Amino acid sequence: MEAVAIDRTTLVTFLLRLADDHLILGHRLSEWCGHAPMLEEDLAMPNIALDLIGQARALYQHAAEVEGKGRSEDDLAYLRHERDYVNCLLVERQNGDFAQTMLRQFCFAAFMHPLWTAMEKGSDETLAAIAAKAVKECAYHIRHAGEWVIRLGDGTEESARRMAAAVETLAPYLDELFDGDDVTGAVAEAGIAPEPASVRAAFDRTVAQVFAEAMLDMPRAEWPQRGGRAGRHTEAMGHLLADLQYMQRTFPGAAW
Amino acid sequence: MMAKNEIPLWEVFIRPRNGLAHRHCGSVHAADEVMALQAARDVYTRRGEGTSIWVVPSAAIVASDPAQKAENFEPAVSKVYRHPTFYNIPDDVGHM
Repeated sequence: MEAVAIDRTTLVTFLLRLADDHLILGHRLSEWCGHAPMLEEDLAMPNIALDLIGQARALYQHAAEVEGKGRSEDDLAYLRHERDYVNCLLVERQNGDFAQTMLRQFCFAAFMHPLWTAMEKGSDETLAAIAAKAVKECAYHIRHAGEWVIRLGDGTEESARRMAAAVETLAPYLDELFDGDDVTGAVAEAGIAPEPASVRAAFDRTVAQVFAEAMLDMPRAEWPQRGGRAGRHTEAMGHLLADLQYMQRTFPGAAW
Repeated sequence: MMAKNEIPLWEVFIRPRNGLAHRHCGSVHAADEVMALQAARDVYTRRGEGTSIWVVPSAAIVASDPAQKAENFEPAVSKVYRHPTFYNIPDDVGHM
């Protein structure tokens, strides 16, 4: 791919979108710690949450460096206002039941895997290095969450009902993942990451494969929800940030 | 006998690195073998402990009876001559 120079602010916005997705989803998943339906999952979910937060850290560090305004990863993660977060709406949704949490995880990982795979070969060396590590973690997230989607979807009467309800609840939040704009266009032109729309086919394949086994109908949304990339969030976001930012705002710069 | 709806128990064996044998390290609950492997990975290899995992249904393990401990194991205690410690090993052989 012919590399085209990219505007610094545009690249920072792109990196913040990725970082925010991972931080917010990691935070949501960490809320399960101590509340999982079984001990094994009580370890598995924080494991995945830590993978996501680790990826978020690397992305924030990179964003801070590209930005060059002396902000740290903590400043970016903890000290921005709600409208400054540019994560997709899917990741900020409340956990709901275990079926919803696993489906959300599965869908997000199914979306990220082809993206990481492409970014690993992209023209931004730091991002490529982050992707090389993340792609393996992400592959496991697909497998872990996917197996649960299959077992719940094709499980007992209650689990099948809950998983089908989860598909219906989350379907409106999937299309936003694949939205393109000036930022994704510039990043694609620079050979850093492909347009999100271009990984839709891979996402659909992953989902179709698991949903067939899970006896689930493919997600369809009549009224797709969007706005996260522009900082327009759902009601859940403010509550989430209150939790997430409490420590930094109460004890600025706290270290332990 | 397993109660209805109870999630089966699996014994987990991890091989720390190539050339070493799998070692028993604990157990997990899981509905089937695929989930048991996942649970074992999540619970027992978080700190890079393993390069390979085995899971075995706990119910498939045949164990010796603790009540027979004396007859099983105590007779061996007095038979020191079974340990190969009565040989002089030439220095050239090195570590055995």
